[in-house]
Amino acid sequence: MDPNQKRAKAVDRVDSVDTGAASSESTRMCPFPDEVLERVLSLIGSHKDRSSVSLVCKDWYNAERWSRRHVFIGNCYSVSPEIVAARFPRIRSVTLKGKPRFSDFNLVPEDWGADVHPWLSVFSTAYPFLEELRLKRMAVSDESLEFLATNFQGFKALSLLSCDGFSTDGLKAIATNCKNLTELDVQENGIDDLGGHWLSCFPESLSSLEILNFASLNSEVSFDALEKLVSRCKSLRVLKVNRNVSLDQLQKLLLQAPQLMELGTGTFMQELVSGPVTELKNTFSNCKHLVTLSGLWDATPLYLPVIYPACARLTFLNLSYATLRSIELANLLTHSKSLRRLWLLDTVGDKGLEAVGSCCPLLEELRVFPADPFDQEIFLGVTESGFVSVSRGCPKLRYVLYFCRQMTNAAVATIAQNCPDFTHFRLCIMNPGQPDYLTKEPMDEAFGAIVKTCTKLQRLAVSGLLTDRTFEYIGKYAKNLETLSVAFAGSSDLGMEYVLGGCPKLRKLEIRDCPFGNAALLSGLTKYESMRSLWMSACNVTMNGCRELAKEKPRLNVEVMKDEGSDDSQAHKVYVYRTVAGPRRDAPPFVLTL
Amino acid sequence: MDRKRSSLNLFEDIDLNYKATELRLGLPGTDDQPEIKTSLSGNKRSSSEMESSTCTDENESRSASPTKEQVVGWPPVRSYRRNIVQGKKESSEMGSGMYVKVSMDGAPYLRKVDLKMYRSYEELMEGLQKMFKCIIGLYSEREGYNGSQHAPTYEDKDGDWMLVGDVPWEMFITSCKRLRIMKASEARGLDDSL
Repeated sequence: MDPNQKRAKAVDRVDSVDTGAASSESTRMCPFPDEVLERVLSLIGSHKDRSSVSLVCKDWYNAERWSRRHVFIGNCYSVSPEIVAARFPRIRSVTLKGKPRFSDFNLVPEDWGADVHPWLSVFSTAYPFLEELRLKRMAVSDESLEFLATNFQGFKALSLLSCDGFSTDGLKAIATNCKNLTELDVQENGIDDLGGHWLSCFPESLSSLEILNFASLNSEVSFDALEKLVSRCKSLRVLKVNRNVSLDQLQKLLLQAPQLMELGTGTFMQELVSGPVTELKNTFSNCKHLVTLSGLWDATPLYLPVIYPACARLTFLNLSYATLRSIELANLLTHSKSLRRLWLLDTVGDKGLEAVGSCCPLLEELRVFPADPFDQEIFLGVTESGFVSVSRGCPKLRYVLYFCRQMTNAAVATIAQNCPDFTHFRLCIMNPGQPDYLTKEPMDEAFGAIVKTCTKLQRLAVSGLLTDRTFEYIGKYAKNLETLSVAFAGSSDLGMEYVLGGCPKLRKLEIRDCPFGNAALLSGLTKYESMRSLWMSACNVTMNGCRELAKEKPRLNVEVMKDEGSDDSQAHKVYVYRTVAGPRRDAPPFVLTL
Repeated sequence: MDRKRSSLNLFEDIDLNYKATELRLGLPGTDDQPEIKTSLSGNKRSSSEMESSTCTDENESRSASPTKEQVVGWPPVRSYRRNIVQGKKESSEMGSGMYVKVSMDGAPYLRKVDLKMYRSYEELMEGLQKMFKCIIGLYSEREGYNGSQHAPTYEDKDGDWMLVGDVPWEMFITSCKRLRIMKASEARGLDDSL
């Protein structure tokens, strides 16, 4: 931990001017008080930088740990709450991530773990002044939420993303007890929605809210309570309501909160007469600070124009809940030239994407979701041609998530040429193992072009028919790659071996339904400790292979999830991650730690 | 497995794939392709949708690999996103809509389309052509669909059979009760009598 043991205390060393000696035993001329060091270090925000700082020497390690206010734990099982509390005594804000990402797609059974409660128990004594908690893919119960609400007096900000296990009763506890709440952000969770009464639990005295996001909850809240809450929280800058809030109601809310910076609307369809429509347009026009807009459920050409006055200022527009067609999108985008981020449904088609290419030259992020991923008849979706159009008009693109039903190597090569700055390239050709639809060849050259041209690439998701060649390219060229997602691809162990043998910055590797076996798994022996995690499911790995990995690498947790009624020697779901906390103590019966 | 094949070329490639829609206990996939497992969660679909969606593929690679409805967690779309269109269909309060039966002369069974999913005649024609693998051609006020092999007609509220395309789209979807794609030869007879 301390590579500089031989050095004198790490102060701001001033070498003697006259000796000019490079010796490490220089005289300590200006002792650098710890408080000053801590003060300086407290200005460092990035947890990666802080990690580097802590490795310099013992003094810096100590100064860093005392000055750290926010801790980021990317895998809740990589460390224990006790270890965290022992090292960092003064934490005010915690970000905690739990389940492997493939749990989003139902690949991880319920009750797998990632329970937040043990963390809260430790934090209640170690960090009674905890202010912020951000959880992603954690199991959170109502009891935990109530515990949180009642044990941390100054608690301010709660963000729950893709969590499950709680109900709106838990939200009631938060609303009732957290007197200084500034943020309640509840997104995409597997929640038991028992009704909208939770919102009415905010006391009349609570006026500190800055962020309120309940867009993904289904039940209707009391509009009266919501309106009053919005009107008394003068610092409210983010408001995302759910689909039950009508246009009329939205109008009233916006009149109370013209200072909003981020707005998620409710439904955008209503039987209105034309009078209030112009009123609504004026209201949007008065929201001078609005930079993000989302929601827009059921938006039709009739009401969409009311947002036009606000579009010029928007930098992020999320239309992924609005089934817009190309013409509607095109009209909208002519008003939205400042967009940096745009999320769409593929109902807009290639024509809609052409409009993106011509209207949004500053675009940095594009996500196109499939409106109907399973029904192949109704929506044609988007093709390679739409993607190429965007790439032509938006050379600053760095983040793309694109769902399509056909793609060609040539198109992707063109896209790479047009947008060499990609940092995140996630292409999902929805039919597994589908080749280039024109040449019938594998899509190897497509991803080859991406990794060769886009040297800043950090995240890559591949799809389509892919041989080991794709992975050869990735291993060889993707020098900055940190996250790789692979499904239904590869021809042999070589594929995975190429990646593990290359990609020096790889941190997360998730693989499903690929022909990679034990040789491939074991080829990463020296690499896994420098990674956060590895996921392999429906591959050719066996229990013996996993046991060998576990034996060779005691500081890794090698976990196998058993599928009922299937072959015992096969390891169907394997999750490998580095940890300082040892094997899980809370593993359910179907998770075997080897 | 008794596969009924239509005499028309159009339906040669149908594989009704009964095995995939078979209801059974225990893990499927043990005697089928081992990599693909039946979807255990999320995607609830009516059985009629299941059957019809396995049929219409022309794409070679698709007919070679199992239907993707069978694969757990694929495509990687979060479950809350899967219901956006469904939700829209269910919550639609405007008009009366809107699944209507579609028959095509010579086809062994009927289909259903949701008219609310289309915004124009063009889109509807595109959808129908894809579904039945036929060519309908362009509408003209004078000629109807003359010059193409098929003509789309519909039964309106009064029970009359009308040629698709004469009235504004919004009016059409509220009055259309069912669709019938007629053979051009018969349709000409329809035109003559107008």
